[in-house]
Amino acid sequence: MAATDQIDVSPVMKRQESGGKTGVPAVAVEDLRQSFGSQKVLNGITLTVSRGETLAVLGRSGTGKSVLLRIIIGLQIPDSGSVRIHGQDIAGFTLDQMGEIRKKMGFLFQHAALYDSLTVEQNVAFPLQHHRKMSKAEQSDRVRALLAEVGMEGHLDKMPADISGGMQKRVGLARALALEPDILLLDEPTAGLDPISSAEIDDLVLKLQDEHHMASIVVTHDLHSAKTIADRLALLDKGNVVIAGTFEDLQKSDIEFVREFLKHS
Amino acid sequence: MIDRPVTGLDAALPQQAKPFIASPVVFARHAINGTLEWFGDLGIFFWQVVRAAVTPPFEFRELFRQLDEIGSKSLPLVALAGAATGVVLSLEARYSLTRFGAKSLLPAAIVFSVIHETGPIITGLVVSGRVGAGIGAELASMKVTEQIDAIEASAVNPYRLLAATRILACILMLPLLTLAGDACGLLMGWVTQAMVEPLSLHQFINSGFSGADFNDFLPPTLKTAVFGLIIGLIACFQGMRTQGGAAGVGRAATSSVVLSSLFVILADVVLVKIIIVFFP
Repeated sequence: MAATDQIDVSPVMKRQESGGKTGVPAVAVEDLRQSFGSQKVLNGITLTVSRGETLAVLGRSGTGKSVLLRIIIGLQIPDSGSVRIHGQDIAGFTLDQMGEIRKKMGFLFQHAALYDSLTVEQNVAFPLQHHRKMSKAEQSDRVRALLAEVGMEGHLDKMPADISGGMQKRVGLARALALEPDILLLDEPTAGLDPISSAEIDDLVLKLQDEHHMASIVVTHDLHSAKTIADRLALLDKGNVVIAGTFEDLQKSDIEFVREFLKHS
Repeated sequence: MIDRPVTGLDAALPQQAKPFIASPVVFARHAINGTLEWFGDLGIFFWQVVRAAVTPPFEFRELFRQLDEIGSKSLPLVALAGAATGVVLSLEARYSLTRFGAKSLLPAAIVFSVIHETGPIITGLVVSGRVGAGIGAELASMKVTEQIDAIEASAVNPYRLLAATRILACILMLPLLTLAGDACGLLMGWVTQAMVEPLSLHQFINSGFSGADFNDFLPPTLKTAVFGLIIGLIACFQGMRTQGGAAGVGRAATSSVVLSSLFVILADVVLVKIIIVFFP
């Protein structure tokens, strides 16, 4: 694969045409550019992810991986370029219009971002309270089912401050899944976790993928985790996609940065 | 919340200190630009809140929670401040009016001072201290820990859930708190007088309110709704635009109190003039 802003995405498109119902990718970003002051963070990123596919975005710290996710979910406005969710360009959407798009998306923040004044149960119930008309009993059942799915059913009444970082991420994942999204964005799901907790999160993500067939974008600098959970990997450097493909494609690459990254991962 | 750099009145001092050392002109230009930018951002924020507040879904549960948080929980402090003001006013007025041979006007002086000015402004300042700091710090803490982003990512409008409810609660509760503050001030004003010479509460009220009408009472009380708007708006704005971790939270809490108190006093100047013109 060639290095660059004009990365070859044709294999992905072929896959979507054969696998997707409509051929429209769940997430498509095109020529995305973002600078902070004089620092160019994203320099023309183009990527697509289709339903049922997991893309891992890798790269060194500060290469704009998290910024990419924030732009995709509309928390940040790019300097230029487009983001299409199920074919809809989100540029210029109001907060409420963006809300409709976000109901189809789940986002796991790097530090889980649980509401610290709410219990674990209330955190997971939050999206349901706002977007689903259901009785208290139905809501409680749904929350319990979601927490059971991530192995946190025994911690309903605990406050976020009283559980570990790994547990917080599990709860964050349950909250992200509450509205049954068809796009899941995970920002460093294993960062700061011990190897066992990381492996548990990886297994959990894989299980959820199998069960829900979402389009997922996982931002990580953990190559092992990316290899385990992703169908494809995209490696970012200096705001560009250096290479996008399977792990084998990365291994075969003779691009200096790719070899260096693999060597130190 | 779309991230924007912190600018304006509360921008970090060291960034402005450098140009000040280099050149006062550069510093003045930075300060003016920053201030104009701050007002511009505040205007945009206000518009976002208004738009969110008037369109469904309405966040009634959060509004009731905030009414309790801002109203009921400020009541003891406002009552205490009102009572203390009543005592001080009573002592000062007694001393001054006795010197000028107008002791009989003492109840009226206390009543008019409390309901016209001291009650509303003391309530405004006390609430801007307690509630302004609380809202500023709470929202700033939520901002720096990405909880506001998480609300937005959950397809909930943070302007509606966090800002509109708090601002509306401030607008609704300030006049009610002012009534409570006024009542405590008048009661303690009477108690202070009654301790010096015999005076029944009935006599005090009759004499104090004899020359007063609705215009003396209603506009000054309702003007505190504007104080509520200012306190809620500035505290939410400062909180939701915070950047920079724990230091940013501290700055947001401080600037919320300082700016909301300042603007409450400035607004009072304008409102007093308006009330005098339209409710003579």
